[in-house]
Amino acid sequence: MQVPILRLSNITKRFGQLTANDDISLELRRGEVLALLGENGAGKSTLVSILFGHYVADAGTVEVDGQLLPPGQPRAALAAGIGMVHQHFTLADNLSVLDNIMLGTQPLWHWRLERRAARDRVLALAERFGLAVRPQARVGELSVGERQRVEIVKALYRGARVLILDEPTAVLTPHESETLFATLAQLIAEGLSVIFISHKLDEVLRVSDRIAVLRGGRLVAQCAAAQTSKAELAELMVGRVVSMPERAARLDADGASEAPAVLALQKVGACGADGRALLREVSLQVRAGEIVGIAGVSGNGQAALAELTSGTLAAAEGHVTLAGKPMPARPRAWIEAGVARVPEDRHAVGVIGDLTVWENAASEQLGEPRFSRGGVIRRAAAQRFARELVARFDVRTAGIDVPARTMSGGNMQKLILGRALSVRGEGIVPLLVVASQPTWGLDIGAVAYVRARLLDAAQEGAAVLLISEDLDELHALADRIAVMHAGRLTEARPTAAWTLGELGLAMAGAGEGAHGAAGAGEVLHAA
Amino acid sequence: MRLEARSGVSRVAMLAAPIMAIVATLLICALLVRWAGAPVGRAYMLLLEGGFGSRFAWSETLTRATPLILTGLSVAVAFRARLFNIGAEGQLYLGALAAVAVGGQVDGAAAPWAQQLPTGLLFVLMVAAGMLAGALLLLGAAWLKTRLGVDEVVTTLLANFIVLLFVSMMLDGPMKDATAMGWPQSVPLVPELELSKLMARSRVHSGLLLAGALAVILWAVNRFTVFGLQMRAVGANARAAAFAGMPVRRVTMWAALLSGGLAGLAGVVEVAGRTSYLTLDISPGYGYAGVVIAMLAGLHPLGVVAASVFVAGVLVGADGMSRAVGVPNSIADVIVAVALLAMLVATMLTRYRIRFDAQGKAA
Amino acid sequence: MELLDILASAPFWIAVLRVATPLVFGTLGVLLCERAGVLNLGIEGIMVAGAFGGWLAVYHGAPLWGGVAVAAAVGLAFGLLHGWLTVSLALSQHVAGLGVTMLATSLSYYAYRIGFASVSTPPTITPFAPMRWIEDVPLLGRVLGPVFGQESALTLLALGLVPVVAWVLYRTPLGLAVRMVGENPAAAEGQGIRVGAMRIGAIMAGSALMAVGGAFLTLSAFNAFFFNMINGRGWICVALVVFASWRPGRALAGALLFAAFDALQLRLQQSGASLPGLPPLPYQLYLMLPYVLSILALVLVARRATYPQALMKPYRKGER
Repeated sequence: MQVPILRLSNITKRFGQLTANDDISLELRRGEVLALLGENGAGKSTLVSILFGHYVADAGTVEVDGQLLPPGQPRAALAAGIGMVHQHFTLADNLSVLDNIMLGTQPLWHWRLERRAARDRVLALAERFGLAVRPQARVGELSVGERQRVEIVKALYRGARVLILDEPTAVLTPHESETLFATLAQLIAEGLSVIFISHKLDEVLRVSDRIAVLRGGRLVAQCAAAQTSKAELAELMVGRVVSMPERAARLDADGASEAPAVLALQKVGACGADGRALLREVSLQVRAGEIVGIAGVSGNGQAALAELTSGTLAAAEGHVTLAGKPMPARPRAWIEAGVARVPEDRHAVGVIGDLTVWENAASEQLGEPRFSRGGVIRRAAAQRFARELVARFDVRTAGIDVPARTMSGGNMQKLILGRALSVRGEGIVPLLVVASQPTWGLDIGAVAYVRARLLDAAQEGAAVLLISEDLDELHALADRIAVMHAGRLTEARPTAAWTLGELGLAMAGAGEGAHGAAGAGEVLHAA
Repeated sequence: MRLEARSGVSRVAMLAAPIMAIVATLLICALLVRWAGAPVGRAYMLLLEGGFGSRFAWSETLTRATPLILTGLSVAVAFRARLFNIGAEGQLYLGALAAVAVGGQVDGAAAPWAQQLPTGLLFVLMVAAGMLAGALLLLGAAWLKTRLGVDEVVTTLLANFIVLLFVSMMLDGPMKDATAMGWPQSVPLVPELELSKLMARSRVHSGLLLAGALAVILWAVNRFTVFGLQMRAVGANARAAAFAGMPVRRVTMWAALLSGGLAGLAGVVEVAGRTSYLTLDISPGYGYAGVVIAMLAGLHPLGVVAASVFVAGVLVGADGMSRAVGVPNSIADVIVAVALLAMLVATMLTRYRIRFDAQGKAA
Repeated sequence: MELLDILASAPFWIAVLRVATPLVFGTLGVLLCERAGVLNLGIEGIMVAGAFGGWLAVYHGAPLWGGVAVAAAVGLAFGLLHGWLTVSLALSQHVAGLGVTMLATSLSYYAYRIGFASVSTPPTITPFAPMRWIEDVPLLGRVLGPVFGQESALTLLALGLVPVVAWVLYRTPLGLAVRMVGENPAAAEGQGIRVGAMRIGAIMAGSALMAVGGAFLTLSAFNAFFFNMINGRGWICVALVVFASWRPGRALAGALLFAAFDALQLRLQQSGASLPGLPPLPYQLYLMLPYVLSILALVLVARRATYPQALMKPYRKGER
């Protein structure tokens, strides 16, 4: 039998207390697509980063075609024929496609760059594998799909024999994903072997020959795709049967349309700092007690929508009203109106890492009489509030006096959620909840917790706006779903009224009504 | 070589950092002393004595420490709010100039408009003018940063040169002391406005108490007030602070006012307490030393007091040492510079461990 | 009109090139560092150290170009220190840079005081001679002679370095690697480039240029080393790099423009120019001009500046 093209033996990697990879042994056979399946935090990205030399494993070896791979050196990995398409593209926006691809392929001390030869080679590769790229274009101007193609060509240019794709469909529309799968087939036909990382079961079953399931840093199963099922994989991924909270009784469109809208957006347009249009003629209404979900591939304006409804982005056109009153673009106004906001990026926007847990808990309401008097902080009251918050929302932390950055992502999110939901006072339901990708990157337990609290809030009468890239989540929680594409929002239809096909089309911009400048099937820009 | 984050930062480590830094500094600078051909041990003893060894030494050290505390506080406040104020030197001079403009003598007595005011009020006006001058100078740079995104490090640095030239221009012209035999110096302050001496037959003046009190006040503001928390929040993560509804721009502006005001006050205090008139060399780099002091103190107001006394002691002691063993007194500046770098490294070491990997290091 | 007379005169342009030379060296130096993603605020001190080191070597008998080499070596040394602090230890680039400036300056003064403790006037050396031979060059000599013939070889070096740096940055694999390291170090890493080594190398090369810029002052423009010689030129270079959008050609243009203003104000000051009806303007106002212009330049360009994307962001390999 042929030597497998790639063999990992007993790979172990620890980050402080956390064991990201625990004695993993795996093989990639020639000409196969091996899927690495697992939940967020299962250790998939760490494993391939070790393969590629970004990290050094604490124990274990990697062999490429029988040869031992020197650890910790991307150069060695590249020389051995390992190419990687990272989840967050490693491209320089200010340089051209050709420069990005050429980097490091010519001897460093040569007196000139051989651009012409490189360009010809890139075009030949593009032709051979059916990947359209424009060598002279500046990367900053490319769409997400184009950038991914550049990343793939970059790997092929260096003679990759093994291609690792880390969550490649996370930023693609269903149509673009199809294109990617076709490309994969072409790559295999041309003799490459592929490792495909994903947490999406449908894709994994479709595309791969074999599947390796990681859970909690361990390899828990390896099987042939043809011999397993979605249910089996789900259980292997998660390790237990977890009951995910789901909307029991959905508000139907008719019943809800009687109630006045809590949040109303009317033909809202907004621009970014560079003048680019982020939202175009967005109209939306969210009523008390209902959950409206916003679907869409990241980078189509969801972040702008979340910022608009959090008070950090101004509407250039149209009207934004809360309970009938027009709202300014000041976070303070939204907080005082009773809006619970859970931001997309918990580390950069949700908490201030250097401040303590209690300071973060009280940060939105420092001006309130209960937390300060005459400019002086009422520490005892604020710390009591924080302690209660931590208890009620199951936040695991070494104390309320430690810096917030010592908390794990899941606990940080619970703290943020607790703070947001208490915006009107403990035990009082907020007027509106704006949750942007609230379960991204969380382990299964935290995901269930967050969903449950969102459902509770809606049950108690809050209007909930849920922005999520996870279609399953939207299906489970939302009463109505609207789809965002290229800054435009479709009509919000009842969840039951959407089929997966219609959702996919809307996400790609090919659904109901013309979607303006952006071409169908291409996402405008990366988030 | 690579850096690995430590799991936690211990209080002990944070307190040990400045001490380790100072020890490392003294070791490194011992080489310089050797180079000058002087015996290291004796030289350091002289340094210590010159700075702290006698009542006179202490009085000189405390006199020097007074403006340093204020510029140190100024820089600490600014750096906490992530405003890199390297312009404390210029703010100091402008504050001194404003003080002389308000409280300076005209023909041997107070200015005509000033004579109508009680001395106490005039004193307050003088201090306010000095602080306002420094504050407005830094506010300009801060405004450029928040509105136009212009890096404040370069603007505050360049402003130092501009201010010094402006002061020189004033001292050559409208504010010149005609009786000073051609030296460019300003008219002296009205004697009633001078700060009183704390110790007889020494130069220590009540400006020291003022500086110390401000350090305590600032510590209290940082720890107990909403504004203090907001400053720390904005300095740590302005985006998250904005999201939480804090008025980021307003907080930054107030931090700039406070920082510039403190540096301006340093100028006022030097004129009113030490010299009584303004010259071009009233500050041998106190503004820049403030940066070192702020870093040594870990941006902590009370630490600033300790660090100021240390730096002042080194500056004063170096004078004495240089006279005795022939080591150039520029060594004080070298010690201060090395202390800054050593403190940076020491602070980093409290958060990260250095690992020398035998295998697989690519960079 | 008096202004036109000044602009048309050879002495004016001679002064412009002379004033511009240290700025060109310094700006190119900062440009290299910032293209690799690092702000080098040690420039002011490194220029002092280069000025002192170069002068000291010549004072002790080295040939002038030997002095230049020593200055460059001094620059390399401080560049290595700066690189170690900001790249290997990932310390704050602002504060570490200021620390390097303070260290380089104070060390230079200290060394000067040790060597020349009791001198009242700074000892002099024989500086670079003007390149009279240019006037003898056929054809070009007639045109360039009057101005370039009065400049020193270092000025020619500075002007020549501009296209060299541009070529290296845009047309060589090394330059591409440097630029990538300043835009997206993770991408560079993924292509097998050693980010840390590349950055430290760029900082060292840039610092060598800065130091030579300082040495120009002691070895060519003047012939002695004295305190406060650099006088903020380093900071002006930092501003000029932003103004130049990190492009060598524009850096040269910016330096020349700046030097033109500086030379102009000197002429105006000397000729006693003033606004009608008022006494002559104080000389300090003229001296303020360079600094004010620098701030103005920064303000003008601030909004549109396309920074190297990884500028000021420390890169820590393998950190979660």
